[in-house]
Amino acid sequence: MKAEDVKVCVIRIEGTNCEDEMYQAFRMVGASPELVHLKQLAGKAPDHAKRNLEDYDILAFPGGFSAGDYVRAGAIFAARIKSDIGPQLRKFVESEKPVLGVCNGFQTLVELGLLPAFEGVMSETPTAALSTNDSGRFECRPTYLRNDNRGNCIFTSEIKKGKISMFPLAHAEGKLLSADPRFLEKLEENDQVVFRYVGPGGAKAVYPWNPNGSPSDIAGICNPAGNVLGMMPHPERVMTRYTHQDWTSCKGPEEGDGMAVFRSVMKKLTK
Amino acid sequence: MAIIEIRIELKKGVADPEGSNTKKTLESLGFEGVGAVKCVKVFEVELDMGVDEAVKAGEEMCRVLLANPVIQSYTVTAR
Repeated sequence: MKAEDVKVCVIRIEGTNCEDEMYQAFRMVGASPELVHLKQLAGKAPDHAKRNLEDYDILAFPGGFSAGDYVRAGAIFAARIKSDIGPQLRKFVESEKPVLGVCNGFQTLVELGLLPAFEGVMSETPTAALSTNDSGRFECRPTYLRNDNRGNCIFTSEIKKGKISMFPLAHAEGKLLSADPRFLEKLEENDQVVFRYVGPGGAKAVYPWNPNGSPSDIAGICNPAGNVLGMMPHPERVMTRYTHQDWTSCKGPEEGDGMAVFRSVMKKLTK
Repeated sequence: MAIIEIRIELKKGVADPEGSNTKKTLESLGFEGVGAVKCVKVFEVELDMGVDEAVKAGEEMCRVLLANPVIQSYTVTAR
């Protein structure tokens, strides 16, 4: 498949934001993204605007916020998707097409039961939660992330294991919790841990470098098959050097750290 | 018509920063003897049906949308 033939569905509902950055990020790696409202996928739109999820190659959940983040972050987005296009979404994930969720998108993937998905691709009820940050407030700052994935995740194939990247983050609910006592072990066993927060120079992350109190400093996880990635920090906000916080003082490459996430998935689809 | 009250609270052991920050603030404002402070969310829903049916519907609402069973528990009562 050629890069421009890769169709990306950037899904939105009322009150979604940051979808433009997600759209631009996929544009910058040569794909053909489209902003698609859930109603267009659910047949609740004029004929010319109707879309089928199965026509797309990648599904991206932006974030931001959605539906005011009332009830819980991502809960309304997830419940609406489940009710409107649940079976289509399950089929999309089962066929191992890539799905990316950033920030509110990650919260939505967890609420949908698509992550961590230890059993089956999509659980009936959520099996994890992104809970309120330990600090009790909205955290907004650059973070250092180490790629700890051993090769399972489709979105990090072009990032060396152990490489430290800088992605900014902005959220109030990012502490990954589960009721499963073997949660962290299972994530490790299945190679589902993708990004961990680290301190400057790769040191163990303490607050504020671990901004939310996530156990084991986990910032992003994938499903067991490796095609669904959810992460709190925003790779789409650092596609060029100029949105890195240190760009005036450092002689870095033109490319921002976030580009590698999008290039990775494109490489898999276009090879 | 029935009115149900849906109470969503964090399960025991789940950190409640909103509650503990409120406790700290109350103490710093000079309130004495403040014990644990818990943040709880309450929805009041009017339903055009009998009470028993309304409570059942409320429980289904919690399952589908209002509560994440990993960190939250819920109680539904008729008012």
